[in-house]
Amino acid sequence: MLISNLEIVPGMRVRRHLGLIQGSTVRAKHVGKDFMAGLKNIFGGELTGYTELMNESREAAMARLQEQATALGANAILNVRFATSTIAAGASEILVYGTAVELERMGV
Amino acid sequence: MMLPYELIILLTLLLLGYVFGRLAERRHYRSIQAREDQYRQLLVLAERHLPPEYVTGHESCLVMGNVVVSVDYFKMMIAALRNLVGGSIGAFESLLDRARREAILRMQEQASALGAGVVFNVKLETCRVSGDASRGVGSVEVMAYGTALYPRANASR
Repeated sequence: MLISNLEIVPGMRVRRHLGLIQGSTVRAKHVGKDFMAGLKNIFGGELTGYTELMNESREAAMARLQEQATALGANAILNVRFATSTIAAGASEILVYGTAVELERMGV
Repeated sequence: MMLPYELIILLTLLLLGYVFGRLAERRHYRSIQAREDQYRQLLVLAERHLPPEYVTGHESCLVMGNVVVSVDYFKMMIAALRNLVGGSIGAFESLLDRARREAILRMQEQASALGAGVVFNVKLETCRVSGDASRGVGSVEVMAYGTALYPRANASR
């Protein structure tokens, strides 16, 4: 599955446009990590645990995006955007959306 | 005369935040500058349209980098004081600047691992990571993403 945030892919042409698809996940941090982050708030610096958590959630959201794309019979997702929002005190939502398309290689 | 415990704790926290926060910031800026020099050749563009020379013979791949940074106690205090009179909060500006540059650097790292020379359509996104919602800015996530273009292995085709 080709994922890109451009509207065109080098050397390829869009044969079929399959519409907007999305994948999202809501994740909460566990108490231990939250406690460590609280300590880190005194000293400042990077919160590696959170960085990893956000990364993992983003991968999960992208996996769902790809699932949808496969179900539609797409072979690429173009114009992908990410959005993150805090929905509750301890949880954030990560949303990935894009356009599912069927690409074909341009004959040279 | 004995100082009240609360004041002692507050002053200790402020001092810890000031010392460690300063050290961490200076170290981070040095590392950012070194790595920015290293990736100077890898272009990062906010351009959406590909120039014709990239349209053939290149492959594309989504690359991203993210970082969660946290304020220190001293900065939090400075910002709270700043809120009384208004104006720009330099303490937070440097925090976000560092976070953004770090996120872009991590994205460039991914791109250079692919052998890419350019990253198109770079977008930046900022979000406050929850848990500190009631206490103002606690930790912030910055994410950078874009499409890396690298030469196709059999470009002659």
